[in-house]
Amino acid sequence: MSERKISSKLLLQKQQLDYYLDLNKARYNGRKVAWASSIVPQEFMEVMNIAVAYPENHSAAIAARKGALPYIDQAEKMGYSSDICSYARINLAYAGMKTNEMPPLPKPDFVVCTNNICNVLIKWYESLAQHYKVPFFLIDVPFNHESCGINEETTTFNPVPQDRIDYVKAQFEEFIQFLEGICGKKFDYEKFNEVMAISNRTAKAWSKAMNYASMAPTPLDGFNMFNYMAMMVCLRGKKESAMLYELIAAEMEENIQEGKSQFPGEQKYRVMWDGIACWPYLKHNYTNMLKNGVVISGSTYPKAWEIVYEVGNMDELASIYAGIGNNRNLADQRDIRAAIQRSCQCDGVIYHMNRSCKVMDFMQPEMRRQISEITKTPFVSFDGDQSDPKNFSEAQFETRVDALVENMQGNKEGSV
Amino acid sequence: MSRVDELLKQMIDVTENIGLVVSEKKRAGKKVVGVLPIYAPEELVHAAGMFPVGCWGGAADISMATKYLPPFACSIMQSVMEYAERGVYKDLDALLVSTPCDTLKAISQNLIYACPDQKIIILTYPQNNKMEAGVTFAKSEFAKVKAQLEAIAGTIISDQAINESIEIYNDHRRALMEFSEIIANNPGVISAVNRHYVIKSGFYMEKLEHTKLVRELSELLKEKTNNWTGKKIVFAGIMAEPNGLLEIFDEFQLAVVGDELAQESRQFRTLVPEGSDPLERLARQWQNREACSVILDSEKKRAKHIATLAKAKQADGVVFCQMKFCDPEEFDYPSIKKACEDAEIPLLHLEIDQLSDSAGQYRTRIQAFHELLGN
Ligand code: SF4
Ligand code: SF4
Repeated sequence: MSERKISSKLLLQKQQLDYYLDLNKARYNGRKVAWASSIVPQEFMEVMNIAVAYPENHSAAIAARKGALPYIDQAEKMGYSSDICSYARINLAYAGMKTNEMPPLPKPDFVVCTNNICNVLIKWYESLAQHYKVPFFLIDVPFNHESCGINEETTTFNPVPQDRIDYVKAQFEEFIQFLEGICGKKFDYEKFNEVMAISNRTAKAWSKAMNYASMAPTPLDGFNMFNYMAMMVCLRGKKESAMLYELIAAEMEENIQEGKSQFPGEQKYRVMWDGIACWPYLKHNYTNMLKNGVVISGSTYPKAWEIVYEVGNMDELASIYAGIGNNRNLADQRDIRAAIQRSCQCDGVIYHMNRSCKVMDFMQPEMRRQISEITKTPFVSFDGDQSDPKNFSEAQFETRVDALVENMQGNKEGSV
Repeated sequence: MSRVDELLKQMIDVTENIGLVVSEKKRAGKKVVGVLPIYAPEELVHAAGMFPVGCWGGAADISMATKYLPPFACSIMQSVMEYAERGVYKDLDALLVSTPCDTLKAISQNLIYACPDQKIIILTYPQNNKMEAGVTFAKSEFAKVKAQLEAIAGTIISDQAINESIEIYNDHRRALMEFSEIIANNPGVISAVNRHYVIKSGFYMEKLEHTKLVRELSELLKEKTNNWTGKKIVFAGIMAEPNGLLEIFDEFQLAVVGDELAQESRQFRTLVPEGSDPLERLARQWQNREACSVILDSEKKRAKHIATLAKAKQADGVVFCQMKFCDPEEFDYPSIKKACEDAEIPLLHLEIDQLSDSAGQYRTRIQAFHELLGN
């Protein structure tokens, strides 16, 4: 059958364009604009028809286009230490300078963040609020230092303790009032249920599609997750993004039937990639791994974005946002990774020691030690940065991948 | 030796011999709990009849901390992990850690594995401290800390005991506030190094005893006449260490008339308010805290606070002590710079590296700043 179909790749591009177009038209359509952190409870803003910009996503896009340096220099001139997370530096510089960067981010009417990935966001958004002279709402999710455990079967974290749920729920209520004040209209609880239903559909579609990476051989190229993620950040309250991930899942089914894969090389080794991509060197990293027959089969991302809850259940909504992986204690983060490595049949692990991201880095050495004791899987780590091109060495990356390959090869030969 | 010198000597002795302080307490049958920066409900440790001791790092050659941390972690936590791994904390019964920054989240976890014989008690303060829900949450975290401390102490901590400890701590805070006020009014009456010892020694003494010493010292210093001809500065940042750095300020006759350091004023400037439920009181203290780099500051009040403080103390300049690799402070710097510029207060930015004892690198910068302030 030769019916004309749009590919997921094209659909993703189209959605990205539409998203930024819509964002930039928002003000002219009488809509409020927010700047928000990636894993914010967007549901509330979607109900209020607020256009939401995501600076992390924007900084990543600038870095992926190899355009970060001018911003990085500017941030330093503004007094921001080069030690600070490069997403924040790029964005604060972007906010503070005249630039023709495409796509543009319209000025915010307010900024909002959830510190479920890091506390850097709090400081970053304080600065944004001050710069734009707009209100800042923080949905504070306390670090879960208590072990909550994980569900091995579903590779998901158990809910967070009730005191955290109650605290976050109370903030949701304040957030609703805050939004009502900003928008000058009442919060529509019926629409809220609709948005929650759509967000769930998107999250399930995402998770289903990304889980194809765990099949052996995999029909999905794990590296593509980094790109697919963009719409999970920007559009997960919209039907369109559900459709995108449903399309990807359908393509994977086709691949399986035809014995094909997105990964263009031989799948010799399956690895887990731990950490954010090195956006300025995405192509380098990819080419190097491809050359070695190394395919990403596991990552924390599929689960991080599986933001699924019972529609209307505020306890679950609070728990899922408060319980993001970065906000878990070391034992739970270790266990989820070990489970992912098992279910994705990883032969090895590549850890990104990301110069930008203290919250991930400073638990990493102990965590990778403990994980390798559990899984007996070899690992390497490399020094990089998700968006500052100065903090990465191609040679080091290549040597580390070579070393991992050697180890994985040794294991395979040893097991025959 | 003058009485002032005697008092100072006592304070310097404990600060320079923390290990000894701990082993003496242990010998006397007390349990000892290490308390990490920046904030902790220390009153609960005290109320349990245990001795809280500050763990604010110190000079160290880093070799074993690399097991846990890459080189770009703040120097204070590098040394905490180095000490932990070397067994410096082995006499402690527990460590109490809050997690207001990303680094401390990770440190709280690493300590569990680096100090398997110590109970690691962790709490997370609510960032939305002004909201009532934040107060409720803080109370819940304090209750969990209390239960863990009770298990270690082997006793129940009564409300009355906590309320009594709060009074002792509040009085200690008042004594330190009075002390810094006296110094501000009589600049140069005590060196920068000794001012630091007076405040810091509070981490290594029984609070009642320290309060007494500080009060006596304050009375004596009040009497001293001292016609200061040098310049006056205030410190901002996490801490102003090592001593070698402070000595340069003394050398250039730059008197410290105030601070908002995490290790100094931020420790004692907020009293625990009145009330009957002690955990609620502690939670309300947290609610009242502000202008701090590790508590949500959506209007960047801290920058204004620093400029206002400098004006109020009639300081000639502000010295921002940037703890190396401390991102909460790095984020605040541009706004502090702007606030000082707006208020026309000269500002010096110094990078603090607790690990290096050599203060030579600072001399030229401080000298230049001194010249900038005029003579
Ligand atoms: S890269 Fe790390 S520090 Fe930066 S915003 Fe993301 S989670 Fe936070
Ligand atoms: S010095 Fe800064 S980064 Fe280090 S623990 Fe303290 S607040 Fe956190």
